Amino acid sequence: MSETVGPDSAAWQGSFWLPQNASPMTSGQDALFYFIYSLSVFFFVLVVGFMVFFAWKYRKRKEGESTVDIHGNTKLEIIWSVIPGVLFIVIFIWGFFDWIKLNVVPQGALEVRVVGRKWDWLFIDQKTGAETSDLIVPINVPVRLTMSSADVIHGFYIPDFRINRDVLPNQYTVVWFKAEKAGSYPILCTQYCGTKHSQMVRYVKVLPKEDYDKAMIAAQGAGLTPVELGKKLFAGKGACASCHSVTPDKVRLVGPPLFGTYGEMQNVVHSGGKKETIKFDDNYIRESIVDPNIRVVVGYPPVMPSYQGQLNDKELNALIEYIKSLKK
Amino acid sequence: MEKRDMGKPVLFADMLSSHHDTGSNYLNAKKGFLSWLFTVDHKRIGIMYFVAISVFFLVGGFFALLLRAELMQERIVNATANSYMISADHFNEAFTFHGSIMVFLVIIPSIPATLGNFLLPLMIGAKDVAFPKLNLMSFHIYIVGAIFLVYTIAFGGLDTGWTFYTPYSTETSTSVVAAVFGAFILGFSSILTGLNFIVTVHKMRAPGMTWVRMPLFVWAIYATSVIQVLATPVLAVTLVLVAMERLLGIGIFDSNLGGDPVLFQNFFWFYSHPAVYIMILPAFGVMSELITTHSRKSIFGYKAVAISSIGIAVIGFFVWGHHMFTSGQSALATVFFSFLTYAVAVPTAIKVFSWVATLYKGSISFTTPMCYAFVFLFLFLIGGITGIFLGAISTDVHLHNTYFVVAHFHYVMMGGTLIAWIGAIYHWWPKITGKKYSETWGRISSVVVFLGFNLTFFPQFIMGTRGMPRRYYDYLPEYYNFHVLSTIGSWVLAIGLFIVLFNWLHSIFFGKNESSSNPWKAKTIEWTDTAVVPIEHNFEKQPISTHGPYEFDELVKPVKTGGH
Ligand code: HEM
Ligand SMILES: [Cu+2]
Repeated sequence: MSETVGPDSAAWQGSFWLPQNASPMTSGQDALFYFIYSLSVFFFVLVVGFMVFFAWKYRKRKEGESTVDIHGNTKLEIIWSVIPGVLFIVIFIWGFFDWIKLNVVPQGALEVRVVGRKWDWLFIDQKTGAETSDLIVPINVPVRLTMSSADVIHGFYIPDFRINRDVLPNQYTVVWFKAEKAGSYPILCTQYCGTKHSQMVRYVKVLPKEDYDKAMIAAQGAGLTPVELGKKLFAGKGACASCHSVTPDKVRLVGPPLFGTYGEMQNVVHSGGKKETIKFDDNYIRESIVDPNIRVVVGYPPVMPSYQGQLNDKELNALIEYIKSLKK
Repeated sequence: MEKRDMGKPVLFADMLSSHHDTGSNYLNAKKGFLSWLFTVDHKRIGIMYFVAISVFFLVGGFFALLLRAELMQERIVNATANSYMISADHFNEAFTFHGSIMVFLVIIPSIPATLGNFLLPLMIGAKDVAFPKLNLMSFHIYIVGAIFLVYTIAFGGLDTGWTFYTPYSTETSTSVVAAVFGAFILGFSSILTGLNFIVTVHKMRAPGMTWVRMPLFVWAIYATSVIQVLATPVLAVTLVLVAMERLLGIGIFDSNLGGDPVLFQNFFWFYSHPAVYIMILPAFGVMSELITTHSRKSIFGYKAVAISSIGIAVIGFFVWGHHMFTSGQSALATVFFSFLTYAVAVPTAIKVFSWVATLYKGSISFTTPMCYAFVFLFLFLIGGITGIFLGAISTDVHLHNTYFVVAHFHYVMMGGTLIAWIGAIYHWWPKITGKKYSETWGRISSVVVFLGFNLTFFPQFIMGTRGMPRRYYDYLPEYYNFHVLSTIGSWVLAIGLFIVLFNWLHSIFFGKNESSSNPWKAKTIEWTDTAVVPIEHNFEKQPISTHGPYEFDELVKPVKTGGH
């Protein structure tokens, strides 16, 4: 799927119906799920049982045989309204208490900012400032995610933690979890967001405390050359790799391939429709990141999001250096 | 070149009655294409809807098979948006096309526009609907809207999903405005039909036809019409706002301009949740007719069944927020919506229990319509029960926007409405066409459809609870086996539906003429007071209702004293 495929997930870890639950404290969903499930099986068998039994027992044996004129039975009708009514109230209240648990974040939770965008995630650890594209968290510590989107609505879903929340532009939504088992769990987008909606897959990596600390230091990006930093941004924070290929085979993805293009001439079309041939230089790269749809390479849709305000000068420079380095 | 008969072309529908000696009926009263296209006869209009909707169903179904085929391909590591038989963009367009066609052009009009039109006046002993010309206009509007929608989706590459969520729908480069305009036009067809039916039921009932003597199908169509009239304008307004947002940037939904994208979801579901009852209530009505007639019993709890339709219609307006539990709407609102969702589930449960109880001590024939009624009960039960998982807030959080929801709504909409529709067409087939159909192939089709349906959609429940999101072009390999099962099921289902189609076509072209005007010995007016095939103005003389709709000849009072 995406560039950063997690560990091989061939072996199914969960039960028949549900995936493993690596954050069981978040809510009591699994218990409620199985409660409703048992009731469902019971009532389904009951109703279908009666249906099949009646259908067989009262099948027509001869033409015009008499049947019994029954118009109803008040007692029975009250019983079969009240029993489901009561069960529904129980289920509702149970779901309500779980809902409170889902919404109340425990004290002292680790704070992480989440930005969703077409088509990748960015995680900013609020304490260290480290930016990563997989979510890295310590084990057994509650984590609070404050989420927003840079473009359309996305859905932040971790099946193994039973959390799922929409991620909106210009507005924060919050979820929390406490992972109790080290490992790597997929993060999926549940709100349809366009071409690569299904391929914006990242992972939560739940690590022991020491490993987590190390990972945060590494993620702060100290001591990288501009090209190295650019490469990291390209695959990670910028999510450029989800639309641009950088390999010599120049694979066509959503946007133009970038290998070997630096310094070449390009046919571009202005947002007004005017066509022009320009040199693919530092300025054009910068413009394409900050305000991408002013001039688009001919033959590609004007869909790239703007990174205005999301990348600082150092980062822009690093990206330009990286793109320059993509040649034989 | 081969020599052909150059005579006037014969219409399908003209063929239906070409061999009838019973004299004039609505099918042979006038001839030629235009006599159909500009007819004001509610029966002919019903048939034209039927043909149009069936064509759209075939087109929508083709796209479903395409989607399923893509999903059956073995997953590729590091796949891109072009790794499979169609590209991700085409996949997204295909599910938008499939969903919009099936919802707006097929399921919503299916039963009301075809059988509602055909049967409503006949069942209440009226000559036509209250406003026959308006009725024709509704049909023409439907066709215009449908052509618009199909054209823009097919050639404008719409990729928003049938839900048109903002801000995606205001930003995507595809033809949202045109498609929204198509849906807007269709809304008018729906509103005008609803209005027409409401007035018809109020004003045109035969002498003696009190409200409690109305067949339950009429009750259901009535409740549906009320929802159509009240809810559809909200959809229209919402769609206009989306178009204005795109064209003028007015900023109702755009948060960069101070709008709110979640507001769109509120508007949209304020229509679309009641719309699910527009889809299912007519099917409930059909069920009550099929089960009573083919088991020779009066309905168990007439009033409960009739009034629960109205109850569902009313409460159904206040549960829309259950589509938005994870959207970031207020936590308190979420709690109310969950509660009300359960409140609307109770009357639904009552209906199912009543149908099963109706079978008790009946004389049940396994005719094709009855087989479809059993299929309906089985599938709708699963669909309804899985709604309970979605109505509880915490379990919904895990299931929202996964294949579990996809399976849920296919069980209720296809397993419910569409199955009821097929069963109903079989049931009223002799009245509509004057022909017999093959019972053997009818029964076989119901079994194949039943098996294919479950094979297609049951695995989707398991995928969903295991965390497979919907609208996915690509997915993690652990779901592969379920997708394969589902795709194989889709072929079985398609075969089953083609058997239905061939059975009908065979009946039209080669079927024997029906000789009885009431082969099921039913008690409702459309069977008792018309010829084999109704005449153009329905009745020779004004029918008078003297008994309830389910007072079958076979019924004898219970032996035990003190019965109801
Ligand atoms: C007992 C009855 C029912 C209950 C409790 C119920 C509950 C729900 C809930 C809570 C959802 C939202 C799930 C989510 O998005 O996370 C949902 C989705 C849906 N339901 Fe039902 N439902 C019931 C019956 C029906 C019926 C009768 C129909 C239509 C004939 C229907 C059609 C739909 C559709 C179309 C959706 C999803 C729409 C979408 O997101 O594209 N439901 N249902
Ligand atoms: Cu709903």
